[in-house]
Amino acid sequence: MKISKKSSAGSLESSDLMVYLEPMDTIKVEAVSSVSTSQHQKEIEALVKKELKKAGISGAYVKVQDNGALNLTIKARLKTAISRGIE
Amino acid sequence: MKNKLGVKLPDHIDGIGKILPYKGPFARVRGLKKEGLTTTGVKMRASLPGKKKVFKDLKKVIELSGLKDGGTISFHHHLRNGDFLLMNVMKVIDEMGFKDLTLFPSSLTSAHQGIVDYVRKGVVKKIYTSGLRGELGKFISKGNMEIPVVIRSHGGRARAIKSGDVKIDVAFIGAPSSDREGNLNGVRGPSACGSLGYAMVDAEYADCVVAVTDHLVDYPNTPISIPQYQVDYIVLTDKLGNPDKIGSGSTRLTTNPVDHIIAEKAAKLIFNSGYFGNGMTFQTGAGGASLAVAKYVADIMEAKGVVGSYAIGGISSYIVDIYKRGLFKKMFDVQSFDKGVVSSLLNNEDHLEISADFYANPFNSGAIINNLDVVVLAAYEIDTDFNVNVLVDSHGYAQGASGGHSDTSAAAKLTVIVAPSFRARIPTLVDRVNTIITPGETVDILVTERGIAVNPKRKDLLENFKGKGLNIIDICDLKKKVDKITLKPRMVEFGDKICGLIEYRDGTIIDTIDQVIE
Amino acid sequence: MKFKTRRTMLYIPGNNPGMLQLADIFGADAVLFDLEDSVAPNEKDAARDLIANMIRFREYENIEITVRVNPIDSPCFERDVKEIVASGKLNAIRLPKANSAKDVKTLEKLINKYEKEYKLKPGSIKIHPMIETAIGVIRSYEIASSSDRIDAITIGGQDLTANMGVSKTKEGKEILWARSQVVMSAKAANVDVIDTIFADINDEEGLIEETRLIKSLGFTGKAVINPRQIKPIHAVFAPSKDEVEWAFEVIDAYEKALKEGRGVIAVRGKMIDPPVRKRAQRIAGMAYLMEQE
Repeated sequence: MKISKKSSAGSLESSDLMVYLEPMDTIKVEAVSSVSTSQHQKEIEALVKKELKKAGISGAYVKVQDNGALNLTIKARLKTAISRGIE
Repeated sequence: MKNKLGVKLPDHIDGIGKILPYKGPFARVRGLKKEGLTTTGVKMRASLPGKKKVFKDLKKVIELSGLKDGGTISFHHHLRNGDFLLMNVMKVIDEMGFKDLTLFPSSLTSAHQGIVDYVRKGVVKKIYTSGLRGELGKFISKGNMEIPVVIRSHGGRARAIKSGDVKIDVAFIGAPSSDREGNLNGVRGPSACGSLGYAMVDAEYADCVVAVTDHLVDYPNTPISIPQYQVDYIVLTDKLGNPDKIGSGSTRLTTNPVDHIIAEKAAKLIFNSGYFGNGMTFQTGAGGASLAVAKYVADIMEAKGVVGSYAIGGISSYIVDIYKRGLFKKMFDVQSFDKGVVSSLLNNEDHLEISADFYANPFNSGAIINNLDVVVLAAYEIDTDFNVNVLVDSHGYAQGASGGHSDTSAAAKLTVIVAPSFRARIPTLVDRVNTIITPGETVDILVTERGIAVNPKRKDLLENFKGKGLNIIDICDLKKKVDKITLKPRMVEFGDKICGLIEYRDGTIIDTIDQVIE
Repeated sequence: MKFKTRRTMLYIPGNNPGMLQLADIFGADAVLFDLEDSVAPNEKDAARDLIANMIRFREYENIEITVRVNPIDSPCFERDVKEIVASGKLNAIRLPKANSAKDVKTLEKLINKYEKEYKLKPGSIKIHPMIETAIGVIRSYEIASSSDRIDAITIGGQDLTANMGVSKTKEGKEILWARSQVVMSAKAANVDVIDTIFADINDEEGLIEETRLIKSLGFTGKAVINPRQIKPIHAVFAPSKDEVEWAFEVIDAYEKALKEGRGVIAVRGKMIDPPVRKRAQRIAGMAYLMEQE
């Protein structure tokens, strides 16, 4: 399954994140975080890739703007964005 | 070598000199007699009667001051984020072509980001401060200074000046009001900021004192915080600072419900600690949960009919209100936190201005904090050994201030740290803090919204708290609870370069600011 | 897990992770994650995914977790129920605009279905019907007794006054009859009864006054919209010292009678029957909670 249209979920409030999805043939993930380190941003990217795989998504360009979200919030926002991004 | 807390330190750093390792909060205080130190002399100045002190031209005064390349200039931060003076002086100094200066303010705020340029140009070679913020803090943490920054506590700064560790060549003192002879105070004028506590030490020990004022009044200007016999020149300026940023009208209590939960618990602990009662002495920080603790402690004092002796520290209008309720007899004010305090300091004889030396210097015959019963302090990070970091943020950048944190926790009978167990997803409670400002052996209690941890060395407190319905748990268990929520995000990795030294109040080095690897 | 008391149920907006992740620290007896009024129509899906994950992964401590779903006639209803039941650690669903026993049955069937689908213990998820229309008030006993899953009913003041065509006042005279009716129905059905929110978070005195009133009417708890409202409500619900002493006397006497095999007991000259004993146990439980706070 691939993302078929642009979508997003979340907010820029503290403890939240914005997830932006765009159609793409392969998987590409970019995360930036306002509260934590570049090391942790890599962890977010790994988490997103794992969740995409679980959801059976093989094509998506994912951008994450993190504002200190817990992993469970990252997963929830990604799930919402995916369901909004597939027709 | 390694200091007592296991921090690796070189024996010597070029530009700094010999490194004394931290050996415990009072190790050097106890041994000071043997060291046989004397305070160094200040350059003698003599004045003929009728000497003219007032000038309009800052440049002219800097010429007269005798400042040379490589010299040390000091400032105070009582004008906080509204301060214009430091950057104005730096601009003139740069124009005059000075190089390799040591910048020695009592602290640096968001008003001082432009210093980065002067470091790049070589005007400033060394920085000694209590705090670092914004771009400047990032610039330093990225390893852009050749010689490490030295971070001192307020008491430690007074000690460094008095002991001659730092010799001030020219002290620039922003004076909210002055007369033609240089009697200064901070309680009058458009840039009134309250106490001039930090500047008092500079005025006493600098070789040359330059007061800069936007409010020249008829002689004599009273009250006299800094006397004319210490002041060499007075420079007139249009505006010392932005009054809106010098301080708001009053300090408001936090509306964050988490802060209130923490504060209420802390107050309950203080009530049961054995230190609560008539004559108690108390200090709390100005923001968030720590100020809210003052509210809840005051409410309990009122309900129980208890009157304390003094409140001390940075004084906010909230503390003034508590005094007005009759709950403390005196207030000692080294730094006023908001505009509302100014009129109290001017008009109220129980509200006393004190110097940083009087406040917290460990090397004198008795600072006021030596009589402190309870201090409530914040933390960016605290570790399972109770070491506290209030300087380095979650990115690894220096974005905070040492302030009076380590001074008061060493001196007070009860040191309470109030902090949320995590902020967004960044845990406050960690295995080892990024940078130790306050050693865990001087910290007694950590209060979080998820539980309270007592330093195991305080068996007496644990005994007092038994059966009081207080949710006390081992700090490691508390940390496990928090880790389950945040899942321990990977923290900063540091490089080997030492970007800063954390000097403990006694002049020994307790930790370093390490370089952030991007 | 059985929760002893529901003096306070704290509403938390369903699309706010910062608030949701702190839900268990404010000292409320229960939390009420909201998918209905506090969530914008185009964010219902996001709030649902977020709440489900919070319940699944956050491992809240010692607190009853309830969720207010969207009303039966909304397009979100079934999806809401499915996803939050799937979270596996839910204690109750609050059903807004419960107008009939049929509404409760509709929800009950869905819960049955998804409890089975997600292999949860049958019957573990409770239902809290929310009475917030005139017809709901009239049928409140029918509603309260319509399912074994119901262990509390609640009244919603804002929607109810709107439905009545009057405005909600601080004194609340306009909903006094409805409150009394809902309490009576709850008592008849032997379930808890939770009052509506007090909207002015800065008026602590008004909150205390209203809580005293609804306690005297027979309400067992109150919904809150701000953590600051929790302590004052708990204080009103706190039993007096004499009540606590009496409660422990009753419990002791009952245990003694049980040991001695006696059927009839009296305390302070009065017969103790099961409803009185139940009240004593409730007071003792409350006293224990107060001590913890």
